[in-house]
Amino acid sequence: MTTLNAEPDTPVPVGIEKNRVRGGPPRSEILRRDKWWAQPLAIFSGLLAFIVYATWAALRNGHFYAGNVGRDYLSPFYSPCLTNSCTSNGYVWGGWTWWRLSPAIPILIFPLSFRLSCYYYRKSYYRSFWLSPPSCAVPDAGSTKAKSPRNKYSGETKFPLIFQNIHRYTWYFAVIFAGILTFDAVAAFRFHNGIGMGLGTLIFVVNALLIWAYTLGCHSCRHLCGGGLRTFSSANSRHFIWKNFVSKLNEHHQLFAWLSLFWIAFADFYTWLVATGAIHDPRFF
Amino acid sequence: MDTIETHNFDVLIIGAGGAGLRAAVEAHALGAKTAIVCKSLLGKAHTVMAEGGVAAALGNVWPEDNWKVHFRDTMRGGKMLNNWRMAQLHAQEAPDRVMELEDWGALFDRTPDGRILQRDFGGHRYARLAHVGDRTGLELLRTLQHRSVDQNVEVFMECKIFRLLQDENGNVNGALGLWRENGKFVAFGAKSVVICSGGVGKIWKITSNSWESTADGQALALWAGADLIDMEFVQFHPTGMVWPPSARGLLVTEGVRGDGGVLKNKEGERFMFNYIPPFYAKETADTTEEGDQWYENKKDFRRPPELLPRDEVARAINSEIKAGRGSPHGGVYLDICSRRSPEDIKRRLPSMYHQFKELADVDITKEPMEIGPTCHYIMGGIKVDADTAATSVPGLFAAGEAAGGMHGSNRLGGNSLSDLLVFGKRAGEYAARYAMEQAKEPQINMSLVSDHTKKALSTFERENGITPYQLHHELQDTMQPLVGIIRTESELLEAKEKLAVLKEKLQQVAVEGNRQFNPGWHMALDLESMFDVAMCTTASAVERKESRGGHTRNDYPQSDPEYFGKINMVTSRGDDGNINLRQEPLPEMPGELKVLFEEGK
Amino acid sequence: MSVENTQPQVGDDTQQKQVTLKIWRGDASGGKFVDYTLDYLDGEVVLDAVHRVQSEQAPDLGVRWNCKAGKCGSCSSEINGKPSLMCMTRMSTLDLEEPITVSPMRTFPIIKDLVTDVSFNFEVAKKIPALQPKPREKDGTYRMSQIDIDRGQEFRKCIECFLCQNVCHVIRDHEENKPNFAGPRFLMRIAELEMHPLDTLDRRRYAFDVMGVGYCNITKCCTEVCPEHIHITDNAIIPLKERVVDVRFDPVAWLGRTILRRPKPTSSEEVIKLTPAGRSANTPS
Repeated sequence: MTTLNAEPDTPVPVGIEKNRVRGGPPRSEILRRDKWWAQPLAIFSGLLAFIVYATWAALRNGHFYAGNVGRDYLSPFYSPCLTNSCTSNGYVWGGWTWWRLSPAIPILIFPLSFRLSCYYYRKSYYRSFWLSPPSCAVPDAGSTKAKSPRNKYSGETKFPLIFQNIHRYTWYFAVIFAGILTFDAVAAFRFHNGIGMGLGTLIFVVNALLIWAYTLGCHSCRHLCGGGLRTFSSANSRHFIWKNFVSKLNEHHQLFAWLSLFWIAFADFYTWLVATGAIHDPRFF
Repeated sequence: MDTIETHNFDVLIIGAGGAGLRAAVEAHALGAKTAIVCKSLLGKAHTVMAEGGVAAALGNVWPEDNWKVHFRDTMRGGKMLNNWRMAQLHAQEAPDRVMELEDWGALFDRTPDGRILQRDFGGHRYARLAHVGDRTGLELLRTLQHRSVDQNVEVFMECKIFRLLQDENGNVNGALGLWRENGKFVAFGAKSVVICSGGVGKIWKITSNSWESTADGQALALWAGADLIDMEFVQFHPTGMVWPPSARGLLVTEGVRGDGGVLKNKEGERFMFNYIPPFYAKETADTTEEGDQWYENKKDFRRPPELLPRDEVARAINSEIKAGRGSPHGGVYLDICSRRSPEDIKRRLPSMYHQFKELADVDITKEPMEIGPTCHYIMGGIKVDADTAATSVPGLFAAGEAAGGMHGSNRLGGNSLSDLLVFGKRAGEYAARYAMEQAKEPQINMSLVSDHTKKALSTFERENGITPYQLHHELQDTMQPLVGIIRTESELLEAKEKLAVLKEKLQQVAVEGNRQFNPGWHMALDLESMFDVAMCTTASAVERKESRGGHTRNDYPQSDPEYFGKINMVTSRGDDGNINLRQEPLPEMPGELKVLFEEGK
Repeated sequence: MSVENTQPQVGDDTQQKQVTLKIWRGDASGGKFVDYTLDYLDGEVVLDAVHRVQSEQAPDLGVRWNCKAGKCGSCSSEINGKPSLMCMTRMSTLDLEEPITVSPMRTFPIIKDLVTDVSFNFEVAKKIPALQPKPREKDGTYRMSQIDIDRGQEFRKCIECFLCQNVCHVIRDHEENKPNFAGPRFLMRIAELEMHPLDTLDRRRYAFDVMGVGYCNITKCCTEVCPEHIHITDNAIIPLKERVVDVRFDPVAWLGRTILRRPKPTSSEEVIKLTPAGRSANTPS
């Protein structure tokens, strides 16, 4: 790696002495008087709740398809349908009869990697899980102790975090999955006796919309669709999409990240409720 | 003092505002070993406060525009008292100076066909101001800063220069300064010195200027034997914020009045109707009904008196406050909330809405603003040669607000930024040429250094004296009422006497603490500059027995084209330390330029 | 607020409200918070109160300031632990029942009291390779569309208060990163040049190798404290990271460049030669 000395050989203006010590109150002293811990705590709780739910949902390996009650609802955790367990209305993508584990596991790798490397989620878990930093002007965990293993910080320059840089590849898959979930939303209009719409249908449509809003507001998408250009004037349509569509969604990336996360769990939970017969899915028409 | 830190350069530039940076870039490009010394950090200079734009006859919006029109506008705005040659060079070279900023990264707002967009401004015949929203000064300063950093120009920050050094023949060969942070002294040897230290606003109480505008450069030049010119011409803007204290003096754009804002005293009276001068009576509405109709129908109705020229409005506000009809914080009310809907105000005056909301917690859509005149700019300054920016002292150059002559008695908006680019470049160029002609390395006169440093430290030795802050307040309390917007002989003479008395008090100023980053001590040194320059302004104002541009005399309300219109007031320091004043005839404009004022009015 | 109660409350001796400022006093050898109690004046910002302390109680109190209007970025400090401009923090927005702490920026070496040595930033500025403009048009002008400069204009609102540099945990909590990390302000400057329609230089590898954009873990504190409300993270740093991915981490982009014989990304060594620091290191003075 090439480096350049931070203090080059140019004459340092006199009056500015080199190697000075930092001053002011010690860095370990948190002077913030607001509830700086509230946000990381809330995010920690929210993400943790999702992880707990998602673990249960992924390992459940049952009641993820409501075909048994005449509804073509497939939980997004288990979509696309890889095994033969969602056949009552008859669409199967994989036909993996040999697969013994929960089909959610190979599926969830993709959206999980997309969200793990998402610029917004990175911010939130670096802050709330890794405490680096927990909040602005609050020291990184361990950084004020001389002997802490967390004294060194290399950001996203070294293994494994350097892999955050392939976020765009996870986005490519995320687009495919958004397409699949759109297919599921359309399929949710299909009832055993023709076209119809139930509460579940509505949930699946909203799910697909939120997934698209989150996926298309992605920073990598913003770069690829036009943000990476040096000049816009020679690419009018890309500028139009960048400015009026992707950048607008990107401004609310955090909001859609949370809404879509919550909703996807909710869609799964609803499917489970319907499939187990715990509730009856009301049909509008 | 035995040893002192010293540095040697070809060209030393005092001040890192637009003019200083432009001068440095030029001097460096010509191969001179160049350094900048500035009182603040690099990039904080007062240039960042300029909003509107930089005037240059690029002709992008109006192809009819050219340097001759700009020249004529400038001369007329200055009431023909400008140095014609400076105004000519300024108008001719401003377009090139603006365009080269783009080579260095400036991003001006664009026309639809991709050229630099220009906007309208008072006194300019065509839309002429290249701009970046309302932060043009920041753009200009940042661009020049990046350029000078890229060129490895050496910058000495937070260093106050308090004396120029001269050789036995009186040629300037360096400067003496102190590091603000540790209070140690430093001597710069330089073959030539360029003063680009900006304005003098801190002499007045209410000013849009920052703490740095303490007349340093003007005083340095004065003490070195240079002349100051036109020092009586100080621009007061009629509407500055008066409250809260933090925002006092901050500009309130004329657009508020243009969009329907009216001025009221504490009794709620629209007092401007009492102040319509006969000269403007024909074109000004005399009833509120008529004035209000003008906003919708400019053809059939006359404009309201709130939109009289700036000096008239400033004078009226001043009279109301003096008569005791002012607002609680010593201003008058500028009311737009009772005249326009909140939506309208927010749409048309977003930055004003924001400014009052953030700084004053005043919602201008619900309550009136408190405003008053604010000291804004000094047209006068160090007398320089138009082409070379050289002062009358060999080796000393000056540019920007610190130099005088370019703007005459009144400066047009947008001409200050172009002034500092054009004459910053010229000062850098000629200072570098002068330096390279000097064979001898500058020899710092150590006994002079030791005298000055001893004197600078004397404030620490006094006990039970007055604080520099106190004396500064007294200076401002003298200048604000007596040498303010409206002046009369008796008040000016009173100010002269008071200044002489206060200046004696400088010897009693005592400073606490040590030399390390001690603002009190720095203020004590600044005061010396401010007193002498305040005296120059007062003395010049006494002598100019007429009203013209930034100099309004109650006792001589008319301008006098026959005598004073052909005279510059020039001040200098005599051997006894007193300020001397002489009248000098205005340089004669050549025939081919005179023609411009006869044709097509 | 009506006109009546905008009157200053001086002289109202029945119930003059008092406030306490806890100001850090000290230098490199150490220091402590000192309490100053003063009258509360309506409408003041923190800088006004500090100035009153200076002129009434502590004439040698060191504080940097210039414009008092949020345009120069000199009076950066930490108010109640939050990095802020003193001139833009109104007293009335703070809890006046408790003492208000005013401390120097803690990332930079202290000079005295509230004044810090920010020379780090001026040294980093010398690592910026300047604009390398393409030639002018035949008529001697440059043509640029407004849509091509909108992005750069946002970044050029920066007033260089260095609050972002102060709050960034990469150097605040890990001082050893200072030689390798330029900080948000200067990453934004690189982004500005990369989006400049006239520029011809490719600084993408340089942004990673020398400016250290990889150290940023996008926790967004720079954006949170920016007094100019510039979207430093979303609009400058993340787009810069994505540009770096194009030349460093994206195999498909590399393949595309190779097959289409596009010019190779400029190496950091070449770019270093164009920086003021790099140039002066090569030329002995």
